[in-house]
Amino acid sequence: MNISAEKTKISVGLGACGIAAGAQKTLSALEEAVAARALDVELGITGCMGMCYREPLVEIRRPGRPPVVYMEIHPDRVSRLLDEAVVKGEVIPEWLATGEGQAGQEDAFLSRQVRIVLRNCGRINPESIDDYLAAGGYKAIEKVLTSMTPAQVIEEIKASGLRGRGGAGFPTGMKWEFCAKAPGTEKYIICNADEGDPGAFMDRSVLESDPHSVLEGMIVAGYAIGSHHGYIYCRAEYPVAIHRLNIAIAQAEKRGFLGERVLGRDFSFHITIKEGAGAFVCGEETALMASIEGKRGMPRLRPPFPAISGLWKKPTNINNVETFANVPWIIINGAAAYAALGTEKSKGTKVFALAGKVRRGGLVEVPMGMTLRQVVEEVGGGIAGGRKLKGIQMGGPSGGCIPESLADTPIDYESITRTGAIMGSGGMVVIDDSTCMVDVARFFLDFTQKESCGKCTFCRVGTRRMLEILERITEGKGREGDIETLEELAQNIKRGSLCGLGQTAPNPVLTTIRYFRDEYEAHIKEKRCPAKACRKLITYRVIPEKCPGCQVCAKVCPVKAIRGEKRQVHFIDPEICTRCGLCIEKCKLKAIEVV
Amino acid sequence: MNQCACASRAQAAGEDLKKVDEIIARHGSGSGALIPVLQKVQDALGWLPKEALDRIAAGLHVPASNVYGVATFYAQFRLKPVGKYIIKVCHGTACHVAGAQKITEAFERELGVKDGETTADRMFTLESVACLGCCSLAPVAMVQKEAHGRLSADRVTKVVAEYRKAEGQAK
Repeated sequence: MNISAEKTKISVGLGACGIAAGAQKTLSALEEAVAARALDVELGITGCMGMCYREPLVEIRRPGRPPVVYMEIHPDRVSRLLDEAVVKGEVIPEWLATGEGQAGQEDAFLSRQVRIVLRNCGRINPESIDDYLAAGGYKAIEKVLTSMTPAQVIEEIKASGLRGRGGAGFPTGMKWEFCAKAPGTEKYIICNADEGDPGAFMDRSVLESDPHSVLEGMIVAGYAIGSHHGYIYCRAEYPVAIHRLNIAIAQAEKRGFLGERVLGRDFSFHITIKEGAGAFVCGEETALMASIEGKRGMPRLRPPFPAISGLWKKPTNINNVETFANVPWIIINGAAAYAALGTEKSKGTKVFALAGKVRRGGLVEVPMGMTLRQVVEEVGGGIAGGRKLKGIQMGGPSGGCIPESLADTPIDYESITRTGAIMGSGGMVVIDDSTCMVDVARFFLDFTQKESCGKCTFCRVGTRRMLEILERITEGKGREGDIETLEELAQNIKRGSLCGLGQTAPNPVLTTIRYFRDEYEAHIKEKRCPAKACRKLITYRVIPEKCPGCQVCAKVCPVKAIRGEKRQVHFIDPEICTRCGLCIEKCKLKAIEVV
Repeated sequence: MNQCACASRAQAAGEDLKKVDEIIARHGSGSGALIPVLQKVQDALGWLPKEALDRIAAGLHVPASNVYGVATFYAQFRLKPVGKYIIKVCHGTACHVAGAQKITEAFERELGVKDGETTADRMFTLESVACLGCCSLAPVAMVQKEAHGRLSADRVTKVVAEYRKAEGQAK
């Protein structure tokens, strides 16, 4: 955006994924190469384009031509990119990810998506308020301040059908109304950016790529509710997001969108960033507020709900990042346009962090009502490595595993809940047949067990007992009755826990028992892991016909479990072998198998 | 000439506490400032020594028990000194199914320490973290602020060697 008409603009995707893939080096290489060629171009940065699996990504916009995105641009590709795609203006088909009007290799990833929350992600420079303004930014706050009453804003959000994107799906407009009607003049807005689910990075990407849209959503909420102060509670593990939020807040204050008398009107709003300190339970709203107050982040009983008595005992409205990012779009385009998307009870779109054993993993936004299978197959390109789809894990440690047989379930809150999983905040991990479901359940329980704050006995001790049973099962020491004990513990933990962490912690176990009971039984009765993943239940074996006796595996084995003379078939001693996998990784002839 | 180690250590501790005082002065007092102050002190010192916690309690007028309670509640805070390089192996869902446990074990072998420990020369600390959010690069580990994606046990050896080389340590 904001491109001068004549200059070519080159943008490097500097989201956390891009940076992890080396985009910073690509940017430096581009800077050098542009200077060496004395090219008259604008070189800049942008956020997450969504195609994490193809990072680093570089977008080129030539004057009067549609933008083109090139993929996997490491420093060694920079020279050719500049010479051919910029100077000569040609297309380099083998590196082309997508370009309007040209057949790119990654068009399929984008064509089924509807981008509302991600409308600016990867398109604007997240550190430039001018880019955001050129993309129609801060028009929503202008509209509400000049032509809408707070009550009308709340009505508009209610009419849009927007529900809380943090996972529980409570209607946002209703939440705002409760807080607006709560007695008291001092009220707070909190943006929950404590994205803690393993496998989830939606909020981080939005904050890194389009921080102003979240600020604008918060300002609109502040106006609607009658609050003058907002907090963003952001994970400390997201340094790039915090850095860009700080820049965005300073810019918005300078331009009069934040601070005293917003846009010269009789409305003031300030935003403060609070960094989390690494506690998953702080994603729970009452724990989060305790943390802002400088206490141990432990949840408390509700009621009173935050809308009545929240931060510093004042009425508080707390929404998630994605929820706020939807708000400006709804105000500008109208509730009806938003409600036109989705299903009867779940409107609009949902952002997912698509990961796991899928070919195209990344940040995706799809309309509600699309089926899980469509997301995996059409957007994600199916399973990587020619294996079979086994299930889809949704909602992280609070969610569950939906089996392939239910993959045609549409994405809406109620349908997903019926499967035993939850919509969650947007983690979607695709599981193939090489993954053991008992191990997946053990993995999530290990996580929630460590993250339990310890307040409720059932959560603190019960998850520990469940974990011990699951560990036994995966080690081949499962006993008759273990499944029933797990189910009983699960029900008690759900009932006996104060907050969402404990109430949902058993979900991954319950859903895997419900849909993959045969795997539990194979572990318990036959001491066998059908996915060949649980280490205590597998052995490594050399396939004699394939082994040329090259000794590569014997040399890398860290515990010296592999014996064999040169040009003789090797042998792995199962007593010594730790199943570390190094030999399989190293053997080019694939002569080692897991049995 | 060898100088008395005690004196230089006491001097270092004194300088550290001066930094703590400066941070407290910048953040005001009260429990609302506690977490930001702990974070800034840890940024400055690398960890939270007992003396620093006492100083923070006095400076913010918060009971020492509360300071300790908060410092032990949040995973971010370290009550033990750490190595120069902190290696964070991601154990998020995507990394787990991609073999994160094997990556942790490879680092353990390479460094000769267990998960959560620091090497004797205080060069490396090995940690497991819940999720770094670079799921499409799984399995991932982060050393300081640099992410290393699509790791294998073999690449772990190379990553450690890189940092050792930068430090002039041959294995």
